[in-house]
Amino acid sequence: MSAVSSGVPGAKPGQGGHAAGEGGHAAGHGAGHGTASGNAVAATYRARQMLARAHWAAGAFATYDRASVLRIAHAAATTAHAQARRYAEWAVKETGFGVAEHKVIKNEACSLGIFERYAGEDYVSPRLDTAGKIVSLPRPAGVVLALTPSTNPVCSVFFKIIIALLTRNAIVVSPHPMAKDCCTDAVRLLASAAVDAGAPDGTIQVVSDPTVPLIEALMADPVTDVIVATGGTAVVAAAHRSGNPALGVGPGNVPVLVDATADLAAAARRIVDSKAFDNSVLCTNESVLVVQDSVADQLLREMQRQHAAVLDLPATGKLRAYLFPDGRLNGEAIGKDAAWIAERAGVRVPPRTRVLVAPFGLVVPEEPLAREKLSPVLGLVRAQTAERGIEAARAVVRLGGPGHSAAIHSREPRTIMRFGVRVPVLRVAVNVGNSTGSSGLETNLAPSMTLGTGFAGGSSIGENLEPRHLVNWARVAYNCDASVPFDDFTGIAATEQPDGPVPGYPSASNLPGAPALRPPSAAAGSPAGAGQPAGASASAGASASAGASASAGAVASPDWAGAAGPHGSTAVSDGVREQLRALIIEELQQLVRG
Amino acid sequence: MHDYDVFTVGSKAEVLEKSRQFWNPGKTDFWAESGVDLVIDRRESYFIWDMSGIRLIDVHLNGGTYNLGHRNPELVEAITTGMRSFDIGNHHFPSSARAALAQALISSAPANLTKVVYGSGGGEAIDIGLKTARHTTQRRKIVSIVRAYHGHTGLAVAAGDDRFSTLFLADRPEEFVHVPFNDLPAMQAALAGSDVAAVIMETIPATYGFPLPGPGYLEAVKAECERRGSLYIADEVQTGLMRTGEMWAITKHGIEPDILVTGKGLSGGMYPIAAVLVSEKCAEWLTEDGFAHMSSFGGAELGCVAALKTLEICSRPETRSMVHYISDRIGRGLRAIQSRYPDWFTGIRQNGVVMGLEFDHPEGAKYVMRHLYRNGVWAIFSTLDPRVLQYKPGLLMTPELCEELLDRTEAGIAEASAQARRGPAGSRR
Repeated sequence: MSAVSSGVPGAKPGQGGHAAGEGGHAAGHGAGHGTASGNAVAATYRARQMLARAHWAAGAFATYDRASVLRIAHAAATTAHAQARRYAEWAVKETGFGVAEHKVIKNEACSLGIFERYAGEDYVSPRLDTAGKIVSLPRPAGVVLALTPSTNPVCSVFFKIIIALLTRNAIVVSPHPMAKDCCTDAVRLLASAAVDAGAPDGTIQVVSDPTVPLIEALMADPVTDVIVATGGTAVVAAAHRSGNPALGVGPGNVPVLVDATADLAAAARRIVDSKAFDNSVLCTNESVLVVQDSVADQLLREMQRQHAAVLDLPATGKLRAYLFPDGRLNGEAIGKDAAWIAERAGVRVPPRTRVLVAPFGLVVPEEPLAREKLSPVLGLVRAQTAERGIEAARAVVRLGGPGHSAAIHSREPRTIMRFGVRVPVLRVAVNVGNSTGSSGLETNLAPSMTLGTGFAGGSSIGENLEPRHLVNWARVAYNCDASVPFDDFTGIAATEQPDGPVPGYPSASNLPGAPALRPPSAAAGSPAGAGQPAGASASAGASASAGASASAGAVASPDWAGAAGPHGSTAVSDGVREQLRALIIEELQQLVRG
Repeated sequence: MHDYDVFTVGSKAEVLEKSRQFWNPGKTDFWAESGVDLVIDRRESYFIWDMSGIRLIDVHLNGGTYNLGHRNPELVEAITTGMRSFDIGNHHFPSSARAALAQALISSAPANLTKVVYGSGGGEAIDIGLKTARHTTQRRKIVSIVRAYHGHTGLAVAAGDDRFSTLFLADRPEEFVHVPFNDLPAMQAALAGSDVAAVIMETIPATYGFPLPGPGYLEAVKAECERRGSLYIADEVQTGLMRTGEMWAITKHGIEPDILVTGKGLSGGMYPIAAVLVSEKCAEWLTEDGFAHMSSFGGAELGCVAALKTLEICSRPETRSMVHYISDRIGRGLRAIQSRYPDWFTGIRQNGVVMGLEFDHPEGAKYVMRHLYRNGVWAIFSTLDPRVLQYKPGLLMTPELCEELLDRTEAGIAEASAQARRGPAGSRR
């Protein structure tokens, strides 16, 4: 989802509302950090060094076995989940955007919710295609540079960290400056939880004081492997220009069509709930409602029942003048609630109003209410037919930029198909609110805080961002001629179980327990162990499939690892561990024999 | 033609010839005979280039002088900017740069150290430390270890191995007592008379090939110093500034030295500076007679700028993390190489990125040095124990560079092994 603007009054919406968001990333970075240029240069060097550290961490993490990865991701997810409310309140307080209750929901969904959704997927173990004679080996991206927005601040931090952990990537988070305090705190909390659970040191880091030149330097740094940019158009464009692979997410301006066949009561409830969600600062919140004329009055009555206030033309005029004083979105309205905005605009509305519905005639560039408003103000146009409604929806997307999302409430499959064909977005939410529909919380789309806008939207991905986008697979492909046999990889390790803090503390090599030459006998019984550095042979054994990898891990490394814990076991030296491991393996072998 | 702006050089041969004629024939010839015909031209990151264009990975780093790499861009920038405001400065007066660095050093060090005295290099700083100890205790004797190396100035060279002092008639055995390293009874005997001003000790003796202090040895020496009223001087010139994975190696032993000496890396390899950190008790002379030690270049303000930036980089959590990764990666890699040449490559002494590699030949490290050089790695043998190669990776190396270094190292060690096994080579000195 997109970032929102700086909140700086007069931030320029440009073509789509989210151009303002970029201004936010840029202007916001500059504002309030009147640092001397020397300090800015120093900060850039420092941030580059964070990438260098992340590069080390990524190299170590890429060897981890699945059980360790799940333990680490779970630790981060539960830590995040436990703090969902605290960060929701902090984010609202710091940014002035949104609704704490709604941010709690997102923070929970993006922590344990995301973990549970993907914990069953295996991004770690090799995959065997025996018929095709191909072994596929996961290669994590490496160092992920994550830009997170001010509108979805902490939930985006949680989301990107957890999908990075599940795929064994290191991540450097650069939060939007408007939300930097809550995000920095959240990243550090998860970093420490992850390291406590055995993650390599430096796997999760944060740029605590981001500036525009600093972020540009990080995006262009050769150590950055992939940029996951959520923000306005310019930030995303900068990511794509950087020379590094980027999974950028562009702006949205969401039309919702209600045709004559829709369940109007349900549609009204869903639209108002979705539009009011988090005071409409998401890029998935509906922007313009297009309703078929024949059911318009009835739908609006239903929406009023849901505490939407339908404005008349004079009130709409006042609201337009307030929201777009000189044709540009008024920053102070972003993420504020409907009643507050109505009062500032000098419009009388009933108490408990959740959404302001502002009617206008035609979706054209000179009508500001047709653009993204980043507030619970819903534009309204009437269409004579469903077909005309579809064209109006196209026009809404034309203003905001293609590739994002749209919603339709209808029971006519022809209309739904036609809508899907004609409206140039990459996800259409049907009979569901768009904010939870297109983000996969109330549909079977991948639940995500980052919606790819695809080729049309200038993004490398057209789907909802999910863990698999952060992994490449190396294909080990055999000669397909039947005379060349495929091999049996059972019992051949591809991953390792970390045997303590990574990296180990640099104790002097003559102290008891310091790493020493492995005695030849210790490697016996481990096909991958010979000649490997200490710890390698404790790795998960067979990794032919998810299940095999997990169980092999359990056999090859009995509970001592879990019991001692990879962290807090620094007192147990590597040498002692080696001896323990040898003893346990011997014992197990005798059990098997006996 | 090599054009260095203020001078030009026609060829490498010309440099060698002029070096023999005008500079130092002994050194020039020594390297030629050792098979290390190096004249450093370009330098950048952890690379140096011979004038012939050959690139070498530098794991000599001049004892940690280039911890942060050659011409580290952050340092270059800091010093370039500093030159807009500073020169060497006037050493008689208080100065903003010297005060800032002193504060930064004190906050980086064990809590008992409270004041800083500046020198222009490590030797001078050691002399300051020894003079301070003598003043504080009003005793004259200094105890150091056999084969110690603390520099070449008057007191420092006397505290070191005879190799460098007798030539200049600078040895003074009656005042400078040498005891074997890791021999606690010998140390106790040397201190027994309660007439020793200080024990001076490199936390890991570099020029002796980084023999590691046995478990508890330094702690016992410090305790004995306290018992006998002697001071403990930690020479951290080579072991300080994160090389062992902590800012000062002595803190890994839980020791609060009375005096701590730093140099080399403190300069960032860009502008010479050294410093002595002293306890409040040892700082007394700075109040009694602030002019008692003077040094025109000691605490040069541009050096302070370099040192402040160096200290800031070294104290970053990112640096600490990377040193631990590098130490782990190189350590594992070396042990793997050792397992393939166990009879030749007989030992690894390691504490962080301070490493001494032992070979099964009285001058094994000279062979290895030569073959590493041929394989694109520059590492130097230990002058006072040529079996041992000093192997000192930088603090900010990338994983890729570590792997390249290990590949080259294995090739060099293998070739050296083959040559040494063919019998004493003609190139032995």
